[in-house]
Amino acid sequence: MGMTITEKILARAAGKPSVKAGDLINAKIDLIMCHDVTTPPAVSMLKKHGIDRVFDPDKIVVTPDHFQPAKDIPSAELHKRLDRWAREKNIRYYYPLGRAGVCHALLPEQGHIRPGEVIVGGDSHTCTYGAFAAFSTGIGSTDLAAAIATGMLWFKVPASMKFVLTGTLGHGVCSKDLILEVIRRIGTDGALYRAMEFVGPALQQMSMEARMTITNMAIEAGGKSGIIGFDETTRAYLKGRLKGKTDYTVFESDPDAEYISTETIDCSKLEPMVAFPHLPSNGRPISECAGLPMDQAYIGSCTNGRIEDMRQAAAVMKGRTVRIRTVVVPATPHIWKQMIDEGLAQIFYDAGCVISAPTCGACLGGFMGILAEGERCISTTNRNFVGRMGHPKSEVYLAGPAAAAASAVEGKLADPRKYL
Amino acid sequence: MPKAHVYKRNHINTDEIIPARYLNTDNVAELAKHCLEDLDPGFVKKCAPGDVIVAGDDFGCGSSREHAVWAIQGAKVGAVIAHSFARIFYRNCINGGFYPIELPGALEKIRDGDELEIDYEAGTIRNKTQNTTIRFTPLPDFALAILRDGGLLEHIKKKEKEKRENVR
Repeated sequence: MGMTITEKILARAAGKPSVKAGDLINAKIDLIMCHDVTTPPAVSMLKKHGIDRVFDPDKIVVTPDHFQPAKDIPSAELHKRLDRWAREKNIRYYYPLGRAGVCHALLPEQGHIRPGEVIVGGDSHTCTYGAFAAFSTGIGSTDLAAAIATGMLWFKVPASMKFVLTGTLGHGVCSKDLILEVIRRIGTDGALYRAMEFVGPALQQMSMEARMTITNMAIEAGGKSGIIGFDETTRAYLKGRLKGKTDYTVFESDPDAEYISTETIDCSKLEPMVAFPHLPSNGRPISECAGLPMDQAYIGSCTNGRIEDMRQAAAVMKGRTVRIRTVVVPATPHIWKQMIDEGLAQIFYDAGCVISAPTCGACLGGFMGILAEGERCISTTNRNFVGRMGHPKSEVYLAGPAAAAASAVEGKLADPRKYL
Repeated sequence: MPKAHVYKRNHINTDEIIPARYLNTDNVAELAKHCLEDLDPGFVKKCAPGDVIVAGDDFGCGSSREHAVWAIQGAKVGAVIAHSFARIFYRNCINGGFYPIELPGALEKIRDGDELEIDYEAGTIRNKTQNTTIRFTPLPDFALAILRDGGLLEHIKKKEKEKRENVR
Protein backbone atom coordinates (compact mmCIF):
# COMPACT_ATOMS: atom_id res chain seq x y z
CA MET A 1 0.00 0.00 0.00
CA GLY A 2 1.31 3.45 -0.91
CA MET A 3 1.47 6.45 1.36
CA THR A 4 -0.27 9.81 1.32
CA ILE A 5 1.80 13.00 1.22
CA THR A 6 0.98 13.48 4.91
CA GLU A 7 2.21 9.99 5.81
CA LYS A 8 5.42 10.53 3.83
CA ILE A 9 6.20 13.84 5.54
CA LEU A 10 5.51 12.37 8.98
CA ALA A 11 7.55 9.22 8.22
CA ARG A 12 10.54 11.38 7.31
CA ALA A 13 10.09 13.44 10.49
CA ALA A 14 9.85 10.28 12.59
CA GLY A 15 12.93 8.77 10.94
CA LYS A 16 10.98 5.78 9.66
CA PRO A 17 10.77 4.30 6.16
CA SER A 18 6.98 4.34 6.36
CA VAL A 19 4.06 5.11 8.65
CA LYS A 20 0.34 4.53 8.31
CA ALA A 21 -2.76 6.26 9.66
CA GLY A 22 -3.20 5.54 13.36
CA ASP A 23 0.52 5.07 14.12
CA LEU A 24 1.85 6.95 17.11
CA ILE A 25 5.08 8.71 16.24
CA ASN A 26 7.58 11.05 17.77
CA ALA A 27 8.27 13.64 15.09
CA LYS A 28 11.13 16.08 14.62
CA ILE A 29 9.78 19.61 14.31
CA ASP A 30 11.21 21.76 11.52
CA LEU A 31 9.60 25.08 12.38
CA ILE A 32 7.65 26.59 15.28
CA MET A 33 5.39 29.63 15.02
CA CYS A 34 5.02 31.74 18.17
CA HIS A 35 2.60 34.63 18.85
CA ASP A 36 1.52 36.86 21.70
CA VAL A 37 -1.38 34.88 23.19
CA THR A 38 -0.13 31.30 23.52
CA THR A 39 3.66 31.73 23.65
CA PRO A 40 4.08 33.82 26.85
CA PRO A 41 2.30 31.10 28.90
CA ALA A 42 4.47 28.44 27.21
CA VAL A 43 7.62 30.34 28.17
CA SER A 44 6.39 30.71 31.76
CA MET A 45 5.75 26.96 31.92
CA LEU A 46 9.27 26.19 30.71
CA LYS A 47 10.74 28.49 33.35
CA LYS A 48 8.54 26.97 36.05
CA HIS A 49 9.63 23.44 35.12
CA GLY A 50 13.31 24.35 34.93
CA ILE A 51 13.59 23.52 31.22
CA ASP A 52 13.95 27.10 30.02
CA ARG A 53 15.72 26.35 26.75
CA VAL A 54 15.23 26.64 23.01
CA PHE A 55 15.99 23.61 20.81
CA ASP A 56 17.08 25.81 17.90
CA PRO A 57 16.74 29.62 17.81
CA ASP A 58 16.86 29.52 13.99
CA LYS A 59 13.77 27.31 13.73
CA ILE A 60 11.39 29.50 15.67
CA VAL A 61 9.54 32.46 14.17
CA VAL A 62 8.06 34.98 16.60
CA THR A 63 5.50 37.67 15.82
CA PRO A 64 2.99 39.38 18.07
CA ASP A 65 -0.30 39.59 16.17
CA HIS A 66 -3.48 38.97 18.14
CA PHE A 67 -3.48 42.13 20.24
CA GLN A 68 -0.77 44.15 18.49
CA PRO A 69 -0.21 47.08 18.76
CA ALA A 70 -0.97 46.38 22.44
CA LYS A 71 -4.66 47.07 23.01
CA ASP A 72 -4.50 47.40 26.79
CA ILE A 73 -2.18 46.96 29.76
CA PRO A 74 -2.53 43.17 30.11
CA SER A 75 -1.77 42.63 26.41
CA ALA A 76 1.19 45.02 26.67
CA GLU A 77 2.46 42.75 29.45
CA LEU A 78 2.09 39.71 27.16
CA HIS A 79 4.07 41.54 24.47
CA LYS A 80 6.75 42.47 27.00
CA ARG A 81 7.12 38.82 28.02
CA LEU A 82 7.27 37.69 24.37
CA ASP A 83 9.78 40.40 23.46
CA ARG A 84 12.10 39.67 26.39
CA TRP A 85 12.10 35.97 25.72
CA ALA A 86 12.70 36.36 21.96
CA ARG A 87 15.67 38.67 22.61
CA GLU A 88 17.08 36.62 25.49
CA LYS A 89 16.99 33.42 23.42
CA ASN A 90 18.39 35.13 20.30
CA ILE A 91 15.44 34.03 18.20
CA ARG A 92 16.70 34.65 14.68
CA TYR A 93 13.38 35.45 13.08
CA TYR A 94 11.63 37.80 15.46
CA TYR A 95 9.24 40.32 13.94
CA PRO A 96 8.60 43.12 16.42
CA LEU A 97 5.95 45.83 15.97
CA GLY A 98 6.47 47.51 12.61
CA ARG A 99 7.47 44.22 10.98
CA ALA A 100 4.98 42.02 12.85
CA GLY A 101 1.89 40.75 11.08
CA VAL A 102 -0.87 38.17 11.27
CA CYS A 103 1.25 35.05 11.68
CA HIS A 104 -0.25 32.87 8.97
CA ALA A 105 0.09 35.60 6.37
CA LEU A 106 3.52 36.72 7.58
CA LEU A 107 5.41 33.41 7.72
CA PRO A 108 4.74 32.36 4.10
CA GLU A 109 5.23 35.92 2.83
CA GLN A 110 8.59 36.21 4.58
CA GLY A 111 9.79 32.86 3.25
CA HIS A 112 9.68 30.66 6.35
CA ILE A 113 7.46 27.90 4.99
CA ARG A 114 9.14 25.04 3.12
CA PRO A 115 7.50 22.03 1.47
CA GLY A 116 7.98 18.66 3.13
CA GLU A 117 8.51 20.08 6.61
CA VAL A 118 6.67 19.52 9.88
CA ILE A 119 5.47 22.85 11.21
CA VAL A 120 3.62 23.55 14.44
CA GLY A 121 2.32 26.78 15.92
CA GLY A 122 0.48 27.91 19.00
CA ASP A 123 -2.57 28.78 16.96
CA SER A 124 -5.31 26.62 15.50
CA HIS A 125 -4.97 28.15 12.03
CA THR A 126 -1.39 26.90 11.70
CA CYS A 127 -2.92 24.40 9.25
CA THR A 128 -2.66 27.26 6.70
CA TYR A 129 0.95 26.30 5.80
CA GLY A 130 -0.25 22.99 4.37
CA ALA A 131 -0.86 24.97 1.15
CA PHE A 132 2.91 24.56 0.64
CA ALA A 133 2.90 20.74 0.68
CA ALA A 134 3.99 20.76 4.33
CA PHE A 135 2.46 19.05 7.37
CA SER A 136 1.32 21.82 9.62
CA THR A 137 -0.93 21.83 12.66
CA GLY A 138 -2.03 23.99 15.58
CA ILE A 139 -1.11 23.19 19.16
CA GLY A 140 -1.74 24.60 22.63
CA SER A 141 0.76 26.20 24.99
CA THR A 142 2.02 23.03 26.70
CA ASP A 143 2.75 21.32 23.38
CA LEU A 144 4.34 24.56 22.25
CA ALA A 145 6.56 24.60 25.33
CA ALA A 146 7.56 20.97 24.71
CA ALA A 147 8.33 21.70 21.05
CA ILE A 148 10.37 24.81 21.89
CA ALA A 149 12.49 22.92 24.43
CA THR A 150 12.91 19.57 22.69
CA GLY A 151 12.17 20.09 18.97
CA MET A 152 10.01 16.96 19.12
CA LEU A 153 6.28 16.22 19.51
CA TRP A 154 4.19 13.07 19.50
CA PHE A 155 1.52 12.70 16.84
CA LYS A 156 -1.00 10.13 15.81
CA VAL A 157 -0.66 9.85 12.04
CA PRO A 158 -3.98 11.11 10.68
CA ALA A 159 -6.07 9.28 8.12
CA SER A 160 -6.52 11.43 5.00
CA MET A 161 -9.70 12.63 3.33
CA LYS A 162 -9.38 13.48 -0.33
CA PHE A 163 -11.18 16.48 -1.81
CA VAL A 164 -11.08 16.52 -5.60
CA LEU A 165 -11.61 20.03 -6.94
CA THR A 166 -12.81 20.00 -10.53
CA GLY A 167 -14.03 22.68 -12.93
CA THR A 168 -13.10 26.33 -12.52
CA LEU A 169 -14.26 28.98 -10.09
CA GLY A 170 -16.66 31.33 -11.82
CA HIS A 171 -16.17 35.09 -12.14
CA GLY A 172 -16.51 36.66 -8.70
CA VAL A 173 -16.31 33.29 -6.90
CA CYS A 174 -13.25 32.72 -4.73
CA SER A 175 -11.52 29.95 -2.81
CA LYS A 176 -13.28 31.07 0.40
CA ASP A 177 -16.57 30.10 -1.22
CA LEU A 178 -15.10 26.70 -2.01
CA ILE A 179 -13.91 25.96 1.53
CA LEU A 180 -17.22 27.21 3.00
CA GLU A 181 -18.95 24.73 0.68
CA VAL A 182 -16.64 21.91 1.83
CA ILE A 183 -17.39 22.70 5.49
CA ARG A 184 -21.10 22.98 4.75
CA ARG A 185 -21.00 19.47 3.29
CA ILE A 186 -18.98 17.70 5.97
CA GLY A 187 -19.76 19.79 9.07
CA THR A 188 -17.51 21.40 11.66
CA ASP A 189 -16.31 18.01 12.90
CA GLY A 190 -16.48 16.24 9.55
CA ALA A 191 -12.69 16.04 9.37
CA LEU A 192 -12.01 15.54 13.09
CA TYR A 193 -8.49 14.07 13.54
CA ARG A 194 -8.08 13.87 9.75
CA ALA A 195 -5.74 15.38 7.20
CA MET A 196 -7.72 17.13 4.46
CA GLU A 197 -5.90 16.70 1.17
CA PHE A 198 -7.02 18.93 -1.68
CA VAL A 199 -6.26 17.81 -5.22
CA GLY A 200 -7.63 18.34 -8.71
CA PRO A 201 -7.43 20.56 -11.76
CA ALA A 202 -9.22 23.55 -10.18
CA LEU A 203 -6.15 24.18 -8.03
CA GLN A 204 -4.06 24.99 -11.08
CA GLN A 205 -5.73 28.39 -11.47
CA MET A 206 -5.43 29.22 -7.81
CA SER A 207 -2.63 31.40 -6.47
CA MET A 208 -0.80 30.51 -3.25
CA GLU A 209 -2.92 33.16 -1.53
CA ALA A 210 -6.14 31.49 -2.68
CA ARG A 211 -4.82 28.07 -1.63
CA MET A 212 -3.89 29.34 1.82
CA THR A 213 -7.51 30.40 2.38
CA ILE A 214 -8.51 26.77 1.78
CA THR A 215 -5.98 25.08 4.08
CA ASN A 216 -6.48 27.84 6.67
CA MET A 217 -10.03 26.69 7.28
CA ALA A 218 -9.29 22.95 7.57
CA ILE A 219 -9.57 23.42 11.35
CA GLU A 220 -13.12 24.74 10.85
CA ALA A 221 -14.01 21.21 9.73
CA GLY A 222 -12.14 19.81 12.74
CA GLY A 223 -9.15 18.79 10.62
CA LYS A 224 -5.72 18.18 12.05
CA SER A 225 -4.19 19.55 8.90
CA GLY A 226 -4.99 20.64 5.38
CA ILE A 227 -2.58 19.97 2.55
CA ILE A 228 -2.13 20.81 -1.13
CA GLY A 229 0.55 19.23 -3.31
CA PHE A 230 3.53 21.03 -4.79
CA ASP A 231 3.38 22.44 -8.32
CA GLU A 232 4.75 25.24 -10.48
CA THR A 233 2.72 27.85 -8.60
CA THR A 234 4.33 26.73 -5.33
CA ARG A 235 7.80 26.74 -6.89
CA ALA A 236 7.33 30.23 -8.35
CA TYR A 237 6.09 31.63 -5.01
CA LEU A 238 9.04 30.19 -3.08
CA LYS A 239 11.73 31.22 -5.57
CA GLY A 240 13.94 33.93 -4.10
CA ARG A 241 11.73 34.17 -1.03
CA LEU A 242 12.99 31.45 1.32
CA LYS A 243 14.97 32.56 4.34
CA GLY A 244 17.78 30.42 5.73
CA LYS A 245 17.68 27.00 4.10
CA THR A 246 16.61 27.34 0.47
CA ASP A 247 16.38 23.66 -0.43
CA TYR A 248 13.39 21.50 0.39
CA THR A 249 11.95 18.06 -0.26
CA VAL A 250 8.85 17.59 -2.35
CA PHE A 251 6.61 14.68 -1.35
CA GLU A 252 3.65 13.41 -3.33
CA SER A 253 0.84 11.02 -2.52
CA ASP A 254 1.24 7.59 -4.12
CA PRO A 255 -1.46 6.57 -6.60
CA ASP A 256 -2.40 3.67 -4.32
CA ALA A 257 -2.36 5.68 -1.09
CA GLU A 258 -5.27 5.01 1.22
CA TYR A 259 -8.00 7.60 1.85
CA ILE A 260 -10.81 7.31 4.35
CA SER A 261 -13.13 9.19 1.99
CA THR A 262 -13.18 11.03 -1.32
CA GLU A 263 -15.40 14.00 -2.07
CA THR A 264 -15.60 15.78 -5.41
CA ILE A 265 -16.49 19.45 -5.67
CA ASP A 266 -17.29 20.97 -9.03
CA CYS A 267 -16.01 24.52 -8.64
CA SER A 268 -17.95 25.67 -11.73
CA LYS A 269 -21.20 25.15 -9.84
CA LEU A 270 -20.26 27.30 -6.85
CA GLU A 271 -21.56 30.77 -6.20
CA PRO A 272 -20.46 33.25 -3.52
CA MET A 273 -21.23 31.77 -0.10
CA VAL A 274 -22.13 33.26 3.26
CA ALA A 275 -21.84 31.18 6.45
CA PHE A 276 -24.59 32.19 8.87
CA PRO A 277 -24.24 32.33 12.65
CA HIS A 278 -23.08 30.49 14.67
CA LEU A 279 -21.14 27.81 12.81
CA PRO A 280 -18.84 27.96 9.77
CA SER A 281 -20.83 25.02 8.38
CA ASN A 282 -23.96 27.17 8.00
CA GLY A 283 -23.02 28.22 4.47
CA ARG A 284 -25.70 29.47 2.08
CA PRO A 285 -25.35 30.59 -1.54
CA ILE A 286 -25.66 34.37 -1.81
CA SER A 287 -28.67 34.02 -4.12
CA GLU A 288 -30.60 32.58 -1.17
CA CYS A 289 -29.66 35.19 1.41
CA ALA A 290 -28.93 38.54 -0.29
CA GLY A 291 -30.66 41.52 1.31
CA LEU A 292 -30.13 40.78 5.00
CA PRO A 293 -29.11 44.11 6.64
CA MET A 294 -25.60 44.35 8.14
CA ASP A 295 -24.05 46.84 10.58
CA GLN A 296 -20.37 46.33 9.82
CA ALA A 297 -18.03 44.79 7.27
CA TYR A 298 -14.61 43.43 8.24
CA ILE A 299 -11.98 42.62 5.62
CA GLY A 300 -8.83 41.01 6.96
CA SER A 301 -7.47 38.07 9.04
CA CYS A 302 -5.27 35.04 8.36
CA THR A 303 -8.03 33.71 6.12
CA ASN A 304 -8.53 36.69 3.81
CA GLY A 305 -6.19 39.55 4.73
CA ARG A 306 -3.65 39.04 1.93
CA ILE A 307 -2.97 41.35 -0.99
CA GLU A 308 -5.12 39.33 -3.40
CA ASP A 309 -8.05 39.67 -0.98
CA MET A 310 -7.48 43.41 -0.76
CA ARG A 311 -7.45 43.62 -4.56
CA GLN A 312 -10.75 41.74 -4.77
CA ALA A 313 -12.39 44.00 -2.17
CA ALA A 314 -11.02 47.14 -3.83
CA ALA A 315 -12.27 46.03 -7.26
CA VAL A 316 -15.80 46.08 -5.84
CA MET A 317 -15.39 49.32 -3.90
CA LYS A 318 -13.69 51.35 -6.61
CA GLY A 319 -15.76 54.45 -7.29
CA ARG A 320 -18.36 53.44 -4.69
CA THR A 321 -18.98 54.30 -1.06
CA VAL A 322 -19.82 52.02 1.82
CA ARG A 323 -23.13 52.30 3.66
CA ILE A 324 -21.97 50.61 6.86
CA ARG A 325 -18.79 50.99 8.91
CA THR A 326 -16.09 49.01 7.18
CA VAL A 327 -12.80 47.93 8.69
CA VAL A 328 -9.95 46.94 6.37
CA VAL A 329 -7.04 45.14 8.03
CA PRO A 330 -4.04 44.27 5.85
CA ALA A 331 -2.48 41.19 7.44
CA THR A 332 1.18 42.25 7.26
CA PRO A 333 3.20 45.49 6.97
CA HIS A 334 4.22 44.44 3.45
CA ILE A 335 0.58 44.06 2.40
CA TRP A 336 -0.17 47.41 4.06
CA LYS A 337 2.53 49.03 1.89
CA GLN A 338 1.42 47.18 -1.23
CA MET A 339 -2.10 48.55 -0.64
CA ILE A 340 -0.70 52.05 -0.77
CA ASP A 341 1.62 51.39 -3.73
CA GLU A 342 -1.17 49.81 -5.79
CA GLY A 343 -3.67 52.57 -4.98
CA LEU A 344 -5.95 50.25 -3.01
CA ALA A 345 -5.64 52.36 0.14
CA GLN A 346 -6.93 55.33 -1.85
CA ILE A 347 -9.92 53.31 -3.04
CA PHE A 348 -10.75 52.20 0.52
CA TYR A 349 -10.34 55.75 1.80
CA ASP A 350 -12.57 57.16 -0.94
CA ALA A 351 -15.17 54.48 -0.18
CA GLY A 352 -15.24 55.53 3.47
CA CYS A 353 -13.45 52.55 5.07
CA VAL A 354 -11.10 52.69 8.02
CA ILE A 355 -7.72 51.01 7.46
CA SER A 356 -6.07 49.46 10.50
CA ALA A 357 -2.52 48.35 11.24
CA PRO A 358 -1.84 44.64 10.74
CA THR A 359 -3.45 42.69 13.60
CA CYS A 360 -5.78 39.76 14.26
CA GLY A 361 -7.90 42.49 15.81
CA ALA A 362 -11.63 42.00 15.78
CA CYS A 363 -11.58 38.58 14.07
CA LEU A 364 -11.44 37.04 17.53
CA GLY A 365 -13.13 39.91 19.33
CA GLY A 366 -9.83 41.46 20.39
CA PHE A 367 -10.16 45.07 19.28
CA MET A 368 -10.41 47.26 16.12
CA GLY A 369 -14.04 46.67 15.26
CA ILE A 370 -15.85 44.98 18.15
CA LEU A 371 -19.59 44.45 17.74
CA ALA A 372 -22.31 45.78 20.05
CA GLU A 373 -25.36 43.83 21.18
CA GLY A 374 -27.56 42.77 18.29
CA GLU A 375 -25.16 43.92 15.57
CA ARG A 376 -24.40 41.92 12.44
CA CYS A 377 -21.05 41.83 10.70
CA ILE A 378 -20.14 40.46 7.28
CA SER A 379 -16.60 39.26 7.75
CA THR A 380 -13.84 37.65 5.71
CA THR A 381 -12.63 35.80 8.81
CA ASN A 382 -12.96 32.13 9.76
CA ARG A 383 -15.27 31.73 12.77
CA ASN A 384 -18.78 32.94 13.50
CA PHE A 385 -19.21 31.39 16.95
CA VAL A 386 -21.33 33.08 19.62
CA GLY A 387 -19.58 36.27 20.74
CA ARG A 388 -16.64 35.72 18.40
CA MET A 389 -16.34 39.38 17.37
CA GLY A 390 -17.85 41.05 20.38
CA HIS A 391 -21.13 40.97 22.27
CA PRO A 392 -22.52 37.44 22.82
CA LYS A 393 -25.69 38.64 21.08
CA SER A 394 -23.88 39.94 17.99
CA GLU A 395 -23.73 37.94 14.78
CA VAL A 396 -20.93 37.14 12.34
CA TYR A 397 -21.53 36.19 8.69
CA LEU A 398 -18.50 34.68 6.96
CA ALA A 399 -17.78 35.39 3.30
CA GLY A 400 -15.05 36.13 0.78
CA PRO A 401 -13.56 39.62 0.34
CA ALA A 402 -15.58 40.60 -2.73
CA ALA A 403 -18.85 39.58 -1.08
CA ALA A 404 -17.90 41.48 2.08
CA ALA A 405 -17.09 44.57 -0.02
CA ALA A 406 -20.35 44.32 -1.97
CA SER A 407 -22.27 43.96 1.30
CA ALA A 408 -20.45 47.01 2.66
CA VAL A 409 -21.51 49.01 -0.40
CA GLU A 410 -25.16 47.97 -0.07
CA GLY A 411 -25.34 47.76 3.71
CA LYS A 412 -26.80 44.29 3.39
CA LEU A 413 -25.70 40.86 2.18
CA ALA A 414 -24.96 41.32 -1.52
CA ASP A 415 -23.77 39.35 -4.52
CA PRO A 416 -20.37 40.76 -5.57
CA ARG A 417 -20.65 39.52 -9.15
CA LYS A 418 -22.73 42.48 -10.28
CA TYR A 419 -19.86 44.81 -9.31
CA LEU A 420 -17.07 42.88 -10.99
CA MET B 1 -20.96 14.67 45.76
CA PRO B 2 -20.06 16.05 42.29
CA LYS B 3 -23.06 17.10 40.24
CA ALA B 4 -23.51 17.04 36.48
CA HIS B 5 -24.05 20.28 34.56
CA VAL B 6 -25.54 19.06 31.31
CA TYR B 7 -25.41 21.13 28.12
CA LYS B 8 -27.43 19.52 25.34
CA ARG B 9 -25.26 21.05 22.69
CA ASN B 10 -22.73 19.95 20.11
CA HIS B 11 -19.72 22.06 19.09
CA ILE B 12 -19.31 23.95 22.37
CA ASN B 13 -16.31 25.95 21.26
CA THR B 14 -13.36 27.59 22.95
CA ASP B 15 -14.86 31.05 22.37
CA GLU B 16 -17.78 30.01 24.57
CA ILE B 17 -15.53 28.34 27.13
CA ILE B 18 -13.26 31.37 27.47
CA PRO B 19 -14.06 34.36 25.24
CA ALA B 20 -11.08 36.01 23.53
CA ARG B 21 -11.78 39.26 25.39
CA TYR B 22 -10.14 37.57 28.38
CA LEU B 23 -7.13 36.20 26.50
CA ASN B 24 -5.03 39.20 27.40
CA THR B 25 -4.05 37.28 30.53
CA ASP B 26 -2.93 33.75 31.35
CA ASN B 27 -3.73 34.16 35.06
CA VAL B 28 -5.75 31.04 35.86
CA ALA B 29 -7.77 32.63 38.69
CA GLU B 30 -8.79 35.44 36.35
CA LEU B 31 -9.68 33.05 33.51
CA ALA B 32 -11.68 30.85 35.91
CA LYS B 33 -14.07 33.73 36.68
CA HIS B 34 -15.21 33.65 33.04
CA CYS B 35 -15.40 29.90 32.47
CA LEU B 36 -18.26 29.09 30.02
CA GLU B 37 -19.36 32.73 30.21
CA ASP B 38 -20.79 32.99 26.69
CA LEU B 39 -22.53 29.62 26.97
CA ASP B 40 -23.97 29.93 30.47
CA PRO B 41 -23.16 33.15 32.35
CA GLY B 42 -24.33 31.54 35.62
CA PHE B 43 -21.98 28.55 35.40
CA VAL B 44 -19.15 29.70 37.66
CA LYS B 45 -21.58 30.55 40.47
CA LYS B 46 -23.36 27.22 40.43
CA CYS B 47 -20.30 25.01 39.86
CA ALA B 48 -19.08 23.41 43.09
CA PRO B 49 -15.54 21.98 43.24
CA GLY B 50 -15.45 18.62 41.51
CA ASP B 51 -18.63 19.15 39.47
CA VAL B 52 -18.78 17.70 35.98
CA ILE B 53 -19.58 19.28 32.61
CA VAL B 54 -21.52 16.99 30.25
CA ALA B 55 -21.98 17.83 26.56
CA GLY B 56 -22.46 16.40 23.08
CA ASP B 57 -20.16 16.15 20.05
CA ASP B 58 -16.98 18.06 19.31
CA PHE B 59 -16.49 19.73 22.70
CA GLY B 60 -13.73 22.37 22.66
CA CYS B 61 -13.66 23.05 18.93
CA GLY B 62 -12.13 26.21 17.56
CA SER B 63 -9.06 27.99 18.82
CA SER B 64 -5.94 26.26 20.18
CA ARG B 65 -6.10 28.43 23.34
CA GLU B 66 -5.16 26.24 26.28
CA HIS B 67 -6.78 29.02 28.30
CA ALA B 68 -10.00 27.02 27.79
CA VAL B 69 -8.59 24.08 29.76
CA TRP B 70 -7.08 26.41 32.38
CA ALA B 71 -10.43 28.19 32.84
CA ILE B 72 -12.15 24.83 33.40
CA GLN B 73 -9.42 23.62 35.76
CA GLY B 74 -9.41 26.99 37.56
CA ALA B 75 -13.18 26.82 38.06
CA LYS B 76 -12.48 23.52 39.89
CA VAL B 77 -14.44 21.46 37.39
CA GLY B 78 -13.69 17.81 38.15
CA ALA B 79 -14.21 16.38 34.68
CA VAL B 80 -15.64 17.02 31.25
CA ILE B 81 -17.68 14.21 29.72
CA ALA B 82 -18.58 14.59 26.05
CA HIS B 83 -19.64 12.46 23.10
CA SER B 84 -16.44 13.55 21.41
CA PHE B 85 -13.75 16.22 21.72
CA ALA B 86 -12.08 18.54 19.24
CA ARG B 87 -8.50 17.47 18.64
CA ILE B 88 -6.46 20.38 20.00
CA PHE B 89 -8.64 20.75 23.12
CA TYR B 90 -8.31 17.01 23.79
CA ARG B 91 -4.52 17.19 23.52
CA ASN B 92 -4.41 20.29 25.70
CA CYS B 93 -6.40 18.46 28.40
CA ILE B 94 -3.99 15.53 28.51
CA ASN B 95 -0.96 17.82 28.36
CA GLY B 96 -2.32 19.76 31.32
CA GLY B 97 -3.06 16.64 33.37
CA PHE B 98 -6.85 16.88 32.94
CA TYR B 99 -8.74 13.72 31.92
CA PRO B 100 -11.20 14.23 29.00
CA ILE B 101 -13.85 11.51 29.20
CA GLU B 102 -15.15 10.48 25.80
CA LEU B 103 -18.58 8.90 26.18
CA PRO B 104 -20.88 8.50 23.16
CA GLY B 105 -24.49 8.83 24.31
CA ALA B 106 -23.54 10.77 27.47
CA LEU B 107 -26.51 13.10 27.01
CA GLU B 108 -28.93 10.15 27.23
CA LYS B 109 -27.21 8.61 30.24
CA ILE B 110 -26.70 11.66 32.41
CA ARG B 111 -29.29 14.28 33.39
CA ASP B 112 -28.66 17.76 34.69
CA GLY B 113 -28.09 17.61 38.44
CA ASP B 114 -27.28 13.88 38.56
CA GLU B 115 -24.71 12.97 41.19
CA LEU B 116 -21.71 11.23 39.66
CA GLU B 117 -18.73 9.30 40.95
CA ILE B 118 -15.94 8.70 38.45
CA ASP B 119 -13.39 5.90 38.73
CA TYR B 120 -10.69 6.74 36.19
CA GLU B 121 -8.68 3.57 36.70
CA ALA B 122 -11.71 1.30 36.25
CA GLY B 123 -13.18 3.47 33.49
CA THR B 124 -16.59 3.75 35.15
CA ILE B 125 -19.00 6.53 36.03
CA ARG B 126 -21.39 5.72 38.87
CA ASN B 127 -24.60 7.71 38.39
CA LYS B 128 -25.88 7.78 41.99
CA THR B 129 -29.10 9.61 41.12
CA GLN B 130 -30.18 7.09 38.49
CA ASN B 131 -28.47 4.18 40.20
CA THR B 132 -26.61 3.15 37.06
CA THR B 133 -23.00 2.40 36.20
CA ILE B 134 -21.68 3.70 32.90
CA ARG B 135 -18.49 2.39 31.32
CA PHE B 136 -16.18 4.56 29.26
CA THR B 137 -13.09 3.61 27.27
CA PRO B 138 -10.02 4.65 29.22
CA LEU B 139 -7.38 6.78 27.51
CA PRO B 140 -4.60 4.95 25.66
CA ASP B 141 -1.51 4.05 27.69
CA PHE B 142 0.75 6.81 26.39
CA ALA B 143 -1.84 9.43 27.36
CA LEU B 144 -2.32 7.82 30.77
CA ALA B 145 1.44 7.95 31.28
CA ILE B 146 1.38 11.72 30.67
CA LEU B 147 -1.60 12.15 33.01
CA ARG B 148 0.02 10.06 35.76
CA ASP B 149 3.10 12.29 35.64
CA GLY B 150 0.84 15.35 35.98
CA GLY B 151 1.14 16.66 32.42
CA LEU B 152 3.40 16.71 29.37
CA LEU B 153 6.22 18.87 30.71
CA GLU B 154 6.49 16.82 33.94
CA HIS B 155 6.47 13.72 31.74
CA ILE B 156 9.28 15.08 29.55
CA LYS B 157 11.32 16.04 32.61
CA LYS B 158 10.92 12.56 34.05
CA LYS B 159 11.93 10.92 30.74
CA GLU B 160 14.98 13.16 30.42
CA LYS B 161 16.03 12.34 33.97
CA GLU B 162 15.65 8.61 33.32
CA LYS B 163 17.75 8.96 30.17
CA ARG B 164 20.52 10.78 32.05
CA GLU B 165 20.53 8.16 34.77
CA ASN B 166 20.71 5.34 32.22
CA VAL B 167 23.73 6.97 30.57
CA ARG B 168 25.48 7.04 33.94
